[in-house]
Amino acid sequence: MLETALKGNKGYYRWMAAIVAVIGVGFACYLWQLKDGLGITGMSRDVSWGFYIAQFTFLVGVAASAVMLVIPYYLHNYKAFGKIAILGEFLAVASVSMCLMFILADLGQPMRALNMILHPTPGSVLFWDMIVLNGYLFLNIVIGWKVLEAERNEVMVAGWVKPLIYLSVPWAVSIHTVTAFLYCGLPGRGFWLTAILAPRFLASAFAAGPSLLILLCLLIRKITNFDPGREQIQSLAKIVTYAIIMNVFFFLCEVFVVFYSGIPEHMDHFKYLFVGLHGHGVLVPWMWTSMGLMALAILLLVNPATRKDESVLVVACICVFVGTWIDKGLGMISGGFVPNPLHHVNEYVPTTPEIVIAIGIYATGIFILSVLFKIVVTVKEEVSA
Amino acid sequence: MANNKMYDKGKIVAGLVIFAVMITFPFWFNLGKAAPAPELKLTEKAKAAKECVLEKAEMKAGHMQLLDIWREKVVREGSREYVNTKGKTYQMSLSKTCLDCHSNKAEFCDRCHDYASVNPYCWDCHIDNPKEKK
Amino acid sequence: MMQSSRRNFLKIAGLSAVGISGAKPVLDAFAAEGHGDERTEFEIRKNEKALTAQQWGMVIDTRKFESAADLEPLIEACHSLHNVPHIDENKVRHEVKWIWEDEYKHVFPTLAGKFVDERTEHLPFLALCNHCENPPCVRACPTKATFKREDGIVLMDFHRCIGCRFCMAACPYGSRSFNFKDPRPFIKERNPEFPTRMKGVVEKCNFCAERLAVGKKPACVEASNGAIAFGDMNDPESEVRELLKSNYTIRRKKGLGTEPAVYYIV
Repeated sequence: MLETALKGNKGYYRWMAAIVAVIGVGFACYLWQLKDGLGITGMSRDVSWGFYIAQFTFLVGVAASAVMLVIPYYLHNYKAFGKIAILGEFLAVASVSMCLMFILADLGQPMRALNMILHPTPGSVLFWDMIVLNGYLFLNIVIGWKVLEAERNEVMVAGWVKPLIYLSVPWAVSIHTVTAFLYCGLPGRGFWLTAILAPRFLASAFAAGPSLLILLCLLIRKITNFDPGREQIQSLAKIVTYAIIMNVFFFLCEVFVVFYSGIPEHMDHFKYLFVGLHGHGVLVPWMWTSMGLMALAILLLVNPATRKDESVLVVACICVFVGTWIDKGLGMISGGFVPNPLHHVNEYVPTTPEIVIAIGIYATGIFILSVLFKIVVTVKEEVSA
Repeated sequence: MANNKMYDKGKIVAGLVIFAVMITFPFWFNLGKAAPAPELKLTEKAKAAKECVLEKAEMKAGHMQLLDIWREKVVREGSREYVNTKGKTYQMSLSKTCLDCHSNKAEFCDRCHDYASVNPYCWDCHIDNPKEKK
Repeated sequence: MMQSSRRNFLKIAGLSAVGISGAKPVLDAFAAEGHGDERTEFEIRKNEKALTAQQWGMVIDTRKFESAADLEPLIEACHSLHNVPHIDENKVRHEVKWIWEDEYKHVFPTLAGKFVDERTEHLPFLALCNHCENPPCVRACPTKATFKREDGIVLMDFHRCIGCRFCMAACPYGSRSFNFKDPRPFIKERNPEFPTRMKGVVEKCNFCAERLAVGKKPACVEASNGAIAFGDMNDPESEVRELLKSNYTIRRKKGLGTEPAVYYIV
């Protein structure tokens, strides 16, 4: 099937060439980082994880959200999703690939990355994160590929794929749970030290992933002959609605516990993010924007009249995606590091090369996604023709 | 489905030939240009000592494994002394023991490493010339 | 002759192949096989002068310090001995430190109240790795590059560190520094007795493991004129335990359950 990704119209080639150019620029910056060290980023002794790990965290969520298509289709026999489940799985493949690249970009000694396997340490959450992420990548490649191949050949999917599909359901939950455990098991980091972190991560994931998928579906409908379907998009919209409400609810639970208990080590991080601490508050406008976007999205999504209007739905989905991205991709990581354990406030702002490297990784993800979606669309067009 | 005809035969064969030529490029490009094996220079001190931690042949072939054991034992267990099979005790230290005798890193270590095209990063951290204060 | 050298080489190769943690059986197996009148086996041992303990610990008597100037020589002794780089530009971001001084409210943020006696409020306190009995950094490390040694010291294996900085997130005391760039240009005078670090690895106080191995106490202890005591926390007769018996002491963020091995007399 891979050959279908090689043949496309002019627009497709131009698009891929543009992405490759962006990847090239990002890679050049990465070579610079490899030579000079992580000093070219904005990270510091106090904020020792930054933009890379934040993007990783956000994208793990996007990857996990494929399960929101798999569960209705395979467990509840909701046939409509049969048409687009493959899009969710391939989106997961692209997202997990980006996650792994972001982790690699964040390592001070990337050449030694395989020490994780050479000296396996089951006590470390990062060890498990490596296992679940790679496992999830493998599962989605195999499942997506076999299902699509069967659809192309108009045969039943091989029997051994089914158990893998069922396995992928808890596995999807595990990738984001383990990722949350990276943070919430650390003593002395009050912002993350909360049992609701994993549920909160999952809720925001199930909002961000499907909202991106809706946007991708609408795009596919516009530029190809394959229509993912109105019913499918509306069902996804309902999933986004529930998930974004859950996300905001979990967040408010957190706010209650933190501020009603009044424990400074937990409060200070929230204060830093939302009102600033000791005169430092670079993220304050971002965090309020995020809250505003999520609130607006809920209004647009809860109301059936606006949700069913696809042009409004686009706005709502963009709000959800950007809102959750700011929350996780900007606030979640540096918010946990400021103030530092000695209660000094040293802020973090990513540098230009750091952002360019991140854009390069996103471009690589988009490249993978474009190839996979091109294959899907070609197969779907073939089958319907 | 059974079809024994090979499509695009010419293109495929040409492609295979190009592929084979490219992948063997390092071999035929370097043909007949093999550099002579480097001559290692021993310092007076090393000559006087006559023998190393292990026998010469073993050191030549296995010094990296020996150093690997040394570093694990020193860093992770805090054991710092090595008694060889002849009963002689050495401090397990690259800078303090190895480079004490072989203080001519450029003529001893580097020559062979360059020849073998290996680039150990020992000296990113370990002082390559402990006798000269920087 | 050839036979014996090949056998010896196999010993080395076998050891490194099995990996050091699993090397003991291999060592024993080779020990059983003898040839000639030579020693049949090499031996790896500790220096006989090496200081040992079950859990090294430290008691800092802050009553014996008056100002930052009193702490300066201790910090300098440590940093020059261990080739800790002195980074001026981007100080806040890329600073590397093993032991440093800070105010009471920062070293003890969970203890500092609204009203603190004047001496404590303005007195600089030493901060360093606590060599916790229950270290969160060791739990976090995915490669065992940071590990707890038999004598309680939490150490770094710079050869193995992949620079993921999970340990820095895990440490509740801010004791760890990362080499954001090659540290060598920032070392004023290099001590040839101790290695430097390379970029991309985490470093921190090692309780002077290299000095304990040859029978010396840590450099800061030696430079403190008796203000810092160092000894085995598990030995009831030790100097540190005597001090803990007769003085009220505090530890940093005791409530987190990490069991720091550094105590402060106030």
